[in-house]
Amino acid sequence: MKAFDYHRAETVDDAVGQARRGARYYAGGTNLFDLMKRGVEDPGALVDIGSLPLDTVRSTDSGGVLIGALVSNSAVANHPLVRTSYPLLSQAILSGATAQIRNMATVGGNLLQRTRCPYFMDPAFGACNKRVPGSGCAARVGFNREHALFGASPHCVAVHPSDLAVALAAHDAVVHLHGPAGARALPIAEFFALPGERPERDTTVAAGELITGVELPASPYGAHSWYLKVRDRHSYAFALVSVAVGLHIDDGVVTSAAVVLGGVAAIPWRVPAAEAELVGQAPGPHTFAAAARAAVTDAQPLPQNGFKVTLAANSVVRALTRAAGRSQLRS
Amino acid sequence: MTPPVPTRPIRLTVNGIAREINADVRSSLLDLLRERIGLTGTKKGCDHGLCGACTVEVGHRRVLSCLTLAVSVDGADVHTVEGFADGDDPDPMQRAFIDHDGFQCGYCTPGQLCSARALLREFADGELSAASFDGDPDDVAAGPTRLTDAEIRERMAGNICRCGAYANIVAAIRSVHEAGDRRS
Repeated sequence: MKAFDYHRAETVDDAVGQARRGARYYAGGTNLFDLMKRGVEDPGALVDIGSLPLDTVRSTDSGGVLIGALVSNSAVANHPLVRTSYPLLSQAILSGATAQIRNMATVGGNLLQRTRCPYFMDPAFGACNKRVPGSGCAARVGFNREHALFGASPHCVAVHPSDLAVALAAHDAVVHLHGPAGARALPIAEFFALPGERPERDTTVAAGELITGVELPASPYGAHSWYLKVRDRHSYAFALVSVAVGLHIDDGVVTSAAVVLGGVAAIPWRVPAAEAELVGQAPGPHTFAAAARAAVTDAQPLPQNGFKVTLAANSVVRALTRAAGRSQLRS
Repeated sequence: MTPPVPTRPIRLTVNGIAREINADVRSSLLDLLRERIGLTGTKKGCDHGLCGACTVEVGHRRVLSCLTLAVSVDGADVHTVEGFADGDDPDPMQRAFIDHDGFQCGYCTPGQLCSARALLREFADGELSAASFDGDPDDVAAGPTRLTDAEIRERMAGNICRCGAYANIVAAIRSVHEAGDRRS
C-alpha cells in the first residue's frame, strides 16, 4: 500500500477543506481500506471524519427521520424509529454484510461503496473502465453471471452492492451533502449514476462533497414491506437479486406501492411500471404476477446472467406476498 | 527519492492495559495487535473482511481488526481473546466451546469466541438480525424473544469455519445462553 497523509477532521468545514485539497473521506473503512490494500484505490491523503457530529438519528418536523451520515449500519437497523416506521430499512441493512462489518460501516459509506465486480476488485485484470477509464470491460465478454440486467452500457456492466440503497430508493430518501459550494439535498433517485460513457463515476456527488445525512419522509409502508435478498449462500454474500417492496393497503386495495430491484444495475432499480400494476388493485397472486412481469420487461441479460431475469420476477412475487401478509391476500 | 513513511503515535487500551505504539499510518489494528503488541491470539485469515478470524471488540462492539485502520481508532478500548480467561479459568464461552467440541484446527476460534460473546450481549439488548424478520412481526419492534438456532447462525454468519464445526459452535453458544452464564 502507498503511504498517505492522515488527518482527523474536527469540523465539517475542516473536512471539506481537506477534501478540496484532494484528501479522501475516511469513516468506517470497511470498503476503502480494503480497496487500498488491494491496490484498487491509492489516495495520497485521508481525512478521517469519524469524530464529526453526524452520528444521531432523529425524527423530523414533517414526520420523517434524519439519519446522520456517520451512524453505523447496526445503529440504524436497531433504532426504535427505524424499526417501527421503516422496518424495510432495518431488514435491508441486516441482509447485508455481517454484524462486525455493520458495526463499523456508516450510512454515508454504505452509499459510496464500490462495486464488487471481480474485474474491478483486482488490478491484475487489465480491463476495467470503472477502475482505469478507457481500459475496457472484461466482464462484458468474461464472467458476468452476477452483473447487470438494466441500465448497463458498452463500457460497464457492474452492479451496485448496497442493500441499504435499495430500501432508501423505496422510501424516496434524500441525501444531504455539504461541499465547497455549500449544502444541497439530492433525491436518492438522482444520487447514483448509470455508467454511460463514464463508469468511473458511481454517483453524482461532486468532488469534495461530504454526505452529512440521509432523510426519509414519513412512510406509508410501515405495516406492509419486505426486503428479499437472493444470493449464492444464505448469508454474508452480495445479492444476485434483491427486492425492496412497500405497499400501502387501504380497505383491501393497494393505494400506493414501491418496487425496487437491487443487484441488477449500477443504481437501485426502481420499477414504476410494476408499481402501476399494483395501485388500485387488491393484493393477490394475479396482481403480483402482473407486477413481476412488468418489473423485468426491460431486462437486457448478458450471456451468463439470463437466470437473473426469472429470479427477479419470482422474487418480486415472493416479496410482495410477504409484504402483503397472509391476512391481506385474496386469490 | 522515496518519501519518508509517516508514523503516528497510536494510543489504545488493550484488555485493560494502556499502550502507546509509534506505528506506520497504514497499519491495520490486526497487524498492530499481532506484530507490535505481541497479542497473536487474534488471527489473520483472509485480511480482507471475508472470514471473521480477526474479530475483536472496539468500544464494546465486535469489529474486523483487519479492516480497521489502527490510527482511526486511536484512544479506543480494545478487547481480544487474550483478555477472556481469568488466569487459568476460562470464560464461560471458552468452556462451552471445549465442552461442545466447537473447533477442530482452532484457527477461527478466537474470532468465533469474540463474536459469540458479543452476540449474547446484542441479543440481550434486543438487537435484531435478518432472521428476526421471519418470526413474529412484533419481534421487529420489540426484539426477538427466543434465541433460535436460526438466529445464532445468522448472527454468526461473519465467522467462517473451514473445518465445519458450525453445529457444535451453535450448540456451545446455545448452552451459554440457556445457562444465562456470561461474564462479558
